[in-house]
Amino acid sequence: MDSSKKIRYERPLIKPINAMMPGKTGKDTYLVPVLDVDGVPVSALVEKYGSPLFVFSERKQRENIQRAKRSFTTRYPKVHFAWSYKTNYLDGICKIFHEEGSWAEVVSGFEYDKAIRNGVSGNHIIFNGPAKTKDDLKKAITNGSFIHIDNMDELYLLSDLSDELSIKPKVAVRVNLDTEINQIWDRFGFNYENGQAWDVLCKIVRMDKFELKGLHCHIGTFILTAHAYAVAAEKMANLACNVKQKLGVNIEYLDMGGGFASKNTLKASYLGGADVCPSFDEYAEAISTAIYKAPFKTSDLPVLILETGRALIDDAACLISTVLSNKRSSSGRRFTIIDAGVNMLFTSFWYDHKVSPAQPFSKYYEDVTLYGPLCMNIDVIREFVSLPLLNRGDHLVIHNVGAYNVSQWMQFITLRPYVVQVSREGKVSVLRKRETIETIVNQESSTTDNL
Amino acid sequence: MKINANIAISQSGYIFNPQTGESFSLNPIGVEVIRMLQEEKPKETIVASIVDRYDVTASAFACDLDDFVSLLKQYEMLTDE
Repeated sequence: MDSSKKIRYERPLIKPINAMMPGKTGKDTYLVPVLDVDGVPVSALVEKYGSPLFVFSERKQRENIQRAKRSFTTRYPKVHFAWSYKTNYLDGICKIFHEEGSWAEVVSGFEYDKAIRNGVSGNHIIFNGPAKTKDDLKKAITNGSFIHIDNMDELYLLSDLSDELSIKPKVAVRVNLDTEINQIWDRFGFNYENGQAWDVLCKIVRMDKFELKGLHCHIGTFILTAHAYAVAAEKMANLACNVKQKLGVNIEYLDMGGGFASKNTLKASYLGGADVCPSFDEYAEAISTAIYKAPFKTSDLPVLILETGRALIDDAACLISTVLSNKRSSSGRRFTIIDAGVNMLFTSFWYDHKVSPAQPFSKYYEDVTLYGPLCMNIDVIREFVSLPLLNRGDHLVIHNVGAYNVSQWMQFITLRPYVVQVSREGKVSVLRKRETIETIVNQESSTTDNL
Repeated sequence: MKINANIAISQSGYIFNPQTGESFSLNPIGVEVIRMLQEEKPKETIVASIVDRYDVTASAFACDLDDFVSLLKQYEMLTDE
């Protein structure tokens, strides 16, 4: 038969019919093939850059930050967003958020240097993190960045540096607090409820070596209730008012940190992520209403800073992957092995990422465990997912992968792939090249040091 | 390798195995393959027939056919002769 007239192939399928009682979660799987990313065909992307492949959407990132800003600025007069570098510090990503007016929020010297390289002025950098070195702090002080104090050792180090440089560092105090949810993140900063935070604020004012500018908190990650932010904002605002009243210092900003959830579905979640994720409006309403409750004079109303990362970038990227092989488990269950593993999709440890086929398919599905290519048993991308009958060489699109994966990924066994971005005009640019063996071996050495 | 004579297969791809009491569904190509197995066609003939009409290579389909046949065995639908 003429090859152009051949029928699209699908594997022969035999499936037991199990007539069970319908359950509340027993809805049919409904997938549509994802053939393109912002108009660029998946097949063309794979042909040019290979598989696996991270693809970011400039359009989606700008839509997200503009929507978030609109939610907050329509409720509160003074708002700044600071792009969370650890969420994704590829220059091409950071620059989009900086173009949209975001400052930089960094947590290490490496990230600090990246922000400077990206053209962010020092006084638009917020320096968080529990492990700032002396050199990092010197740089931040000299550049007039906002240093968020995490612990007493850091406070005294900053005090010494203030004397050494004859500059008063611009600082904020990191505050951890109980927000009436299960997770109490008390690792960062000083506790509100037991008075640690207040003691540090008193000490800072008494030492007279700092410009106390703000208060900061980071209540957790993937916070699915906006109410937690209302509790945190109310405590932070009251703390700021107390500082003004009792210590005579005007707190210029409240930084509510990050932690807004994305639309990914957490493992073992009863409902899908899109159904339970609060909107930017809900977060904004909770935070701004809580601040307004505090007894600020209108002229003293602090600037509100937000360091949200995940909620702005997660749904702006997908990972294209390719089926390497199909096999069966001892019980007959379908195992499908793809070329993207947990080393590059770190988030698959806690999300059930949505997976879509990237080519047309029939109405026949099968239950599949989706494995990555690593020679490790933990390399599971989805433990249980219904997918059409996939052939070797078929492509899959794994959704909502923009946050953390390309900053937390590990080079292991294979090389890390291309990361590309589709512009608003539909042009594709490379954000990060695929690694080569030279990328790895050039860092190796056989020199000997006499110590 | 032969499909048990008592296996009932509908045109729409519904299978009933009276020996085990289990029911199964097939996709269209599954129906085609099982019909050929009923007719006791050898594996090579089945592969040639599918490859002639579908956009699949002989090795890719042979691999899938092995998997399909192994399931038929597991579901007790095949007789070895």
